[in-house]
Amino acid sequence: MDVLLNLSLNGLATGMLIFLLAAGLTLILGLMDVLNFAHGGLFAWGAYSGIWIYSKTGSFFIGILGAILVGFLLGILTERWIIKPVYGNHVQQILITLGLMLVLSEMLKVVWGPNQISANPPDYLVGSWEIGGVIIIKYRLFIIFVGLLVFAAVQFLLSKTKIGLVVRAGVMNKEMVQALGINIQKVFMFVFMIGAGMAALGGVLLGPYSGVIHAEMGLEFAILAFIVVVIGGMGNFKGSLLAAALVGLSGSFMAYYVPDLALAANMLLMAVVLVFRPQGLFGMKG
Amino acid sequence: MSELLKLNAVETYIGQYHILQGVSLEVKKGEVTVLLGRNGAGKTTTLRTIMGLNPASKGAITYKGEDIKKLPTYLVAKKGIGYVPEDQGIFADLTVEENMKVAIQKDNQETLDRMDWILDLFPDLKKFWKKPGGLLSGGQKQMLSIARAYINNNELLLIDEPSKGLAPIVVEKVMESIIQMKEQTTIVLVEQNFMMASTIGDCFYIIDDGRTVSHGVMNQLKQDADMRRKYLGIA
Repeated sequence: MDVLLNLSLNGLATGMLIFLLAAGLTLILGLMDVLNFAHGGLFAWGAYSGIWIYSKTGSFFIGILGAILVGFLLGILTERWIIKPVYGNHVQQILITLGLMLVLSEMLKVVWGPNQISANPPDYLVGSWEIGGVIIIKYRLFIIFVGLLVFAAVQFLLSKTKIGLVVRAGVMNKEMVQALGINIQKVFMFVFMIGAGMAALGGVLLGPYSGVIHAEMGLEFAILAFIVVVIGGMGNFKGSLLAAALVGLSGSFMAYYVPDLALAANMLLMAVVLVFRPQGLFGMKG
Repeated sequence: MSELLKLNAVETYIGQYHILQGVSLEVKKGEVTVLLGRNGAGKTTTLRTIMGLNPASKGAITYKGEDIKKLPTYLVAKKGIGYVPEDQGIFADLTVEENMKVAIQKDNQETLDRMDWILDLFPDLKKFWKKPGGLLSGGQKQMLSIARAYINNNELLLIDEPSKGLAPIVVEKVMESIIQMKEQTTIVLVEQNFMMASTIGDCFYIIDDGRTVSHGVMNQLKQDADMRRKYLGIA
């Protein structure tokens, strides 16, 4: 029983990290129709900058805030300078964002060196609780809590505010949004900024979770995030949370019971969804 | 009556296709100007070009004397031009209320009063206020699309084929609502249903192969069977 619970907690924590990366990706894809392969690079930059600020200030909280700000800034710059010129052209988007992904990874090595960097949780998040014989690791619970908090905040933004309404409307019909007098370019920039901030948050949270960070971590997680976007339905924010939990849990259980099939299981899950429900589990047809 | 919108020799490409090859028209304030023509003649593209959704490559588009040809769509809309597209452009996952909220540019008393007027005009919208737009019937979607374009006190409405795919009784309802709005705003209407077009319209322009080939007052067209047969394929 405690194995199952621990595997579930581990899977959900990983799922939340994937969710933080996938949520921005799905909104960017759904609203802006942009295939952003550089999103993992923003995740890695969040990890490096956040852990660096944490090491300099001694405050994990300030490290998290710093990572989010770096994510916001990189998101704005990426949208303005890299993505804007290639709106509407998927081939160019793939090429330029893959190129940016490589540049972002290499820049990490230039700034922080080629070796991986160790990252530890703050003292108050080290250790575990034992409840009814089951050991619950504090930091995993913290990640799940932050992930759900971010989900609730963005969900509130999307459902209860005018900008959220515009974003949801834009995912469905951006031409009509413009015809109603709304500057969709500003909305694009806002969404990109929020998406990049969430990715950076995911990155900085991953550091103490895995114990080390390295320049290629973004690409590894980006693959999982793309799987989540497909399973959850492109542009579907709630779908990305549920699909991320599914992918996280599947990865965790498979890694324990059939380790050789851990990544293949997620790929297989995506393939099955694509065959039987091409719009994703939670996406709308058409 | 003064001229509100003017198109002069407007040309538009969509990809490699030269769709509009010389559309010229004048829309007078307070009138309903109907664009007529066969399928594929360029009527919808004319409205989309005015909105900046398919930007014009040549010619001039002026609104209240100001050049709007190069403005992005959202600024054209902000000038006071409302657009009801052929496919209604309803945000399917948003409720009727949310569809209206997205459209509202100024949240003030005037807008609230206008909303009351609109909901009196289209009681179905009030009835299905919390229902997702995608679940409405074709007629209700059309009403929502018109209401959304009208909520901001736009001086000009561009309405594309409001009767398309609707049952005759619903067409009548939509037509009545446009007649009521006509008292307060200027309308450019694309319409295949000649009965509706001739009932609502004050003047007409016929577009054929991307060019305006004829125009005049609606009564003139009502009496000219030859012209109707030649350009519209109806007697």
